Amino acid sequence: MVKKTKSLNLNFGPQHPAAHGVLRLILELDGEIVEKADPHIGLLHRGTEKLIEQKTYTQALPYFDRLDYVAPMNQEHAFALASEKLLNIEVPIRAKYIRVIFCEIGRILSHILNVTTQALDVGALTPSLWGFEERETLMTFYERASGSRLHANYFRTGGVHQDIPLKLVEDIEKFCRSFPKIIDDLESLLTDNRIFKQRNVEIGIVSKQEALDHSFSGVMLRGSGIPWDLRRSQPYEIYKDLDFKIPIGKNGDCYDRYLCRIEEMRESVKIILQCVEKLPKGPVKSIDGKISPPNRDDLKQSMEALIHHFKLFTEGYRVPKGNVYTAVEAPKGEFGVYLISDGTNKPYRCKIRAPGFSHLQAMDYLIRGHMLADVPAVLGSLDIVFGEVDR
Amino acid sequence: MLEDLKKLEKLINSELTSKVQKSIIENLELLIEINEEDLIDVVQFLKSNEKCKFRQLIDIAGVDYPDQEKRFRLVYLFLSHENNNRIKISINFESNQIINSLTKIFPSANWMEREVFDMYGIKFKNHPDLRRILTDYGFKGHPLRKDFPLTGFNEVRYSEKDKKVIYEPVKLEQNYRNFDFESPWEGTSYIKEINKIEKDGKKN
Repeated sequence: MVKKTKSLNLNFGPQHPAAHGVLRLILELDGEIVEKADPHIGLLHRGTEKLIEQKTYTQALPYFDRLDYVAPMNQEHAFALASEKLLNIEVPIRAKYIRVIFCEIGRILSHILNVTTQALDVGALTPSLWGFEERETLMTFYERASGSRLHANYFRTGGVHQDIPLKLVEDIEKFCRSFPKIIDDLESLLTDNRIFKQRNVEIGIVSKQEALDHSFSGVMLRGSGIPWDLRRSQPYEIYKDLDFKIPIGKNGDCYDRYLCRIEEMRESVKIILQCVEKLPKGPVKSIDGKISPPNRDDLKQSMEALIHHFKLFTEGYRVPKGNVYTAVEAPKGEFGVYLISDGTNKPYRCKIRAPGFSHLQAMDYLIRGHMLADVPAVLGSLDIVFGEVDR
Repeated sequence: MLEDLKKLEKLINSELTSKVQKSIIENLELLIEINEEDLIDVVQFLKSNEKCKFRQLIDIAGVDYPDQEKRFRLVYLFLSHENNNRIKISINFESNQIINSLTKIFPSANWMEREVFDMYGIKFKNHPDLRRILTDYGFKGHPLRKDFPLTGFNEVRYSEKDKKVIYEPVKLEQNYRNFDFESPWEGTSYIKEINKIEKDGKKN
């Protein structure tokens, strides 16, 4: 007699520590083998795109902090670049350096979180304790520049909100000198760790072709051996003057992606050090008074500055008609903003391209045929943050 | 950069001839407008042609123009790694039209089309699994349409009486205020003039 087997449906999440947020995953299991995975997303959907259509460009910016809340400034960057491109304004050179410094800090923030929680998912507790201490330091830098640890609202159209104090630059440099040691420590816990390797090597393999077909970007693409980084191939700000390497993987499995992230942190540290060294003096926002608000000092002295301030924070600035797509290399991949302006002070449409959305979509293809216990490992290496997936 | 785009525009115009309705280069980006029935052919061509090689679909963006006869517009964003190029393909169509799905050519179109369906109610032909994706289970309406109110229709809360989460019509203590800021704000132009003089001075 042939024994009939029945597949088992398992509901993973939406409240599960390894789901990295509010993911509901319906798994179809045959024994312990996953036959199908159907991710249900949208539990954190806040209608960001709809809200942005109702707000002026200045008011729309803070919504980007709330997308990928692990590296807020990288998101703001994409929107700031998009509106600058439409307005056709130049950003002062000092602002560009500051932006790059904070983008790379964001990248380190995101990669620390991802690497350590991925380790946590497969059973290593210590890295997250060590990593979060460093994240706290980095978020203090965020706070000292923008006044806020997470929702910075710092990259404005035309530059950055405020100049950074000299002491902060020194502290960032000091951090960069000491941080590679921390990465070494993290690596000593994980890279050659037998359990960590058993859980990650040859798990969730992505071939080059599949990475292209599934619209992967960032580490997911580079882990599979495609040398593609927007900072290098379509450079924005001052990236083309900086010296950095782009680590790529070989096998496209979870372990290679982990190694890529570790190396990227080292490269980010190098980039920050170069920026700190070269950081020029000068203004930090566009001198066009119709776009960037006046200084506090001017506000007390000049009538015109007062009028500009009032008009900028009520009506906002108008953006010429047109549509534009700008993308930045966010820690998680290509983060893009497709902006349609109808010539008024509010965007007509703002489509946000979140890298995590495409990555999570491939979950079904990645996990098929793997064991149930591999689900958190693969999910961890995808680097999912629901703020940006659900928008 | 601009020359590459012009070359690409020329190539696409000569290869696809009548299928291209309009091609624009704006802000260093190439936008091609096509008919919605040619979508599959054009995308297939862009993906396979040796000189185009747009092998990655970046995103699909829906846009709603309620005043126009062809109400909806879909913009497909493609990226070519080999040539380091981007291209935008746009189609305009009426609200009841059904669009061909790209899932056969790009598997990643699956969720992107689901999102467009969810947000705009645009239907796709030959899509394997056209369900809502971002909104709640049992949600009604398509939120990104311009005629959908920002506040929505239903709100949820936990009811102490029923001991469960319940849906209620939206109750606002204060009406949502949409200020009209469309004033002509010309102001002085001297800042721009100073810029211009500085720039001209540097050139000389």
